[in-house]
Amino acid sequence: MAQYIILIYGDESAYASYTPEQFGASMQAHHAFTENVVQQGGKILSGEALELTHSATSVRGDVVTDGPFVETKEALGGYYVVEATDLDHALALAKLCPAPDGGVEVRPIMDTSGG
Amino acid sequence: MSEVGQALAEAHRREWAFVVAAAVRAAGDVGIAEECAQEAFVAALQGWERDGVPRNPGGWLATAARRRAIDQVRRSVSLRGKLPLLIEPEADEEPGGSEEDDVIPDDRLRLVFTCCHPALAREAQVALTLRLVCGLTTPQIARLFLTSEPTMAARVTRAKKKIAAARIPYRTPPQHELPDRLAAVLTVVHLLYTTGHTAADGDTLVRADLVERAVDLARLLNALMPDEREVRGLLALLLLGDARRATRTDADGSLVLLEHQDRSRWDRPMIDEGRRLVVEALRGPRPGRFALQAAIAAVHAEAPTYAATDWPEILGLYDELLRVWPSPVVGLNRAVSVAMVDGPDAGLAAVDALAEDPRLASYPYLAATRADLLRRLGRVKEAAGAYQEALLLAGNAAERQFLVGRLQEVKRCT
Repeated sequence: MAQYIILIYGDESAYASYTPEQFGASMQAHHAFTENVVQQGGKILSGEALELTHSATSVRGDVVTDGPFVETKEALGGYYVVEATDLDHALALAKLCPAPDGGVEVRPIMDTSGG
Repeated sequence: MSEVGQALAEAHRREWAFVVAAAVRAAGDVGIAEECAQEAFVAALQGWERDGVPRNPGGWLATAARRRAIDQVRRSVSLRGKLPLLIEPEADEEPGGSEEDDVIPDDRLRLVFTCCHPALAREAQVALTLRLVCGLTTPQIARLFLTSEPTMAARVTRAKKKIAAARIPYRTPPQHELPDRLAAVLTVVHLLYTTGHTAADGDTLVRADLVERAVDLARLLNALMPDEREVRGLLALLLLGDARRATRTDADGSLVLLEHQDRSRWDRPMIDEGRRLVVEALRGPRPGRFALQAAIAAVHAEAPTYAATDWPEILGLYDELLRVWPSPVVGLNRAVSVAMVDGPDAGLAAVDALAEDPRLASYPYLAATRADLLRRLGRVKEAAGAYQEALLLAGNAAERQFLVGRLQEVKRCT
């Protein structure tokens, strides 16, 4: 098994204007996702939703600036760290991950245990 | 060339993919497998001079490469204390099998699907396929795609690193993924062929080497996946196109259109093989993109002259092709057959309907087709403008020369 991070990107303006019903549906979709991952033979090691990017603060050296490190229309909004057998398995899990306002990026997590 | 040199060159062309593929299983890494395959060929040069060419050169090389891979892994295990894991044992494999006995599984399909994995960029898929499946060197690939050697080397290295780091699996995709994954493989092979067939920028129209590699690959895939009709369709398409290779340029290397090609010089045995394959590829419901393209090529190949071509049949095939593959380029080719069936006016209307498509904005054949239809309608001024537009977009020297010739011709009429 290997570990991958699924980074969830989306248009924040859409997310910011969610109604309570939409927010509830989104939570439910994520709950269903965690169950689907197990069904597909994967495992979620961790996962969090992030506050919107206007709450972000960036630090480069000693300089502190308001806002995300990289300004993009589709911002990082949350992540999961999953365990999967290989990239195909990880991509199959990623396809199940809810990301209605954008999409997800799958990155292998470096195995530093041997070095 | 010496007997050994000849046998090695032959083995390199025919067995390279088999040797690499056999080593991947043991090495757990395509990069290491490739190095082991290279070492096996070097060892063969000495070994075969001494002991003679073995009865099964491919098997000899695969065993040699695999043994090197096993040694390498053992060394790296003792060095780093961990084993690269890429290959999950398949359900149909016997437990504890392959490592020491000499039965080498044919992993070439796995190798092809790994090289053409959708997680790799198209350029990387093409470069990896040429390196790992066809055995071309990085300088050769760089030359074929008119990029610098360092650029191509970096592309290949990045792709190999991604396969290892992201754990792109070494396996043929399961049945439910096969259509999509196979489409990617066929697209790569077709791209090799079209790149060779209409070398986009070079001074000659055809890079024969690339075309032959593509045909070899299509043959290999057809042998390994005899039930896949689209593979058969692709092989047919390549053969039917390649059968006209000698007539696509004249003695000076200038472009000769299908209309003016000397059909007596088309390669008949190749056409016959292509036609047989088309018939098989079309059998059954809903033929795919490559089967239909091959069918169109077959109708052209059967026609005694351009004028006597069965244009209604061609138009019907294009209509079907547009349904399975709604590409503006197909639409443009369909417009040409509309002109042949219903006259240049109707053809021009069909072309103009496509002109809005932004995907065709920088496509020289749109302007060139318009120019030709306008020329046939006697609207020479507009034709001249369209030829000039096509010239601005065309990159290939032979095609440019053709367009300049046509432009001068219509200008004389104004």
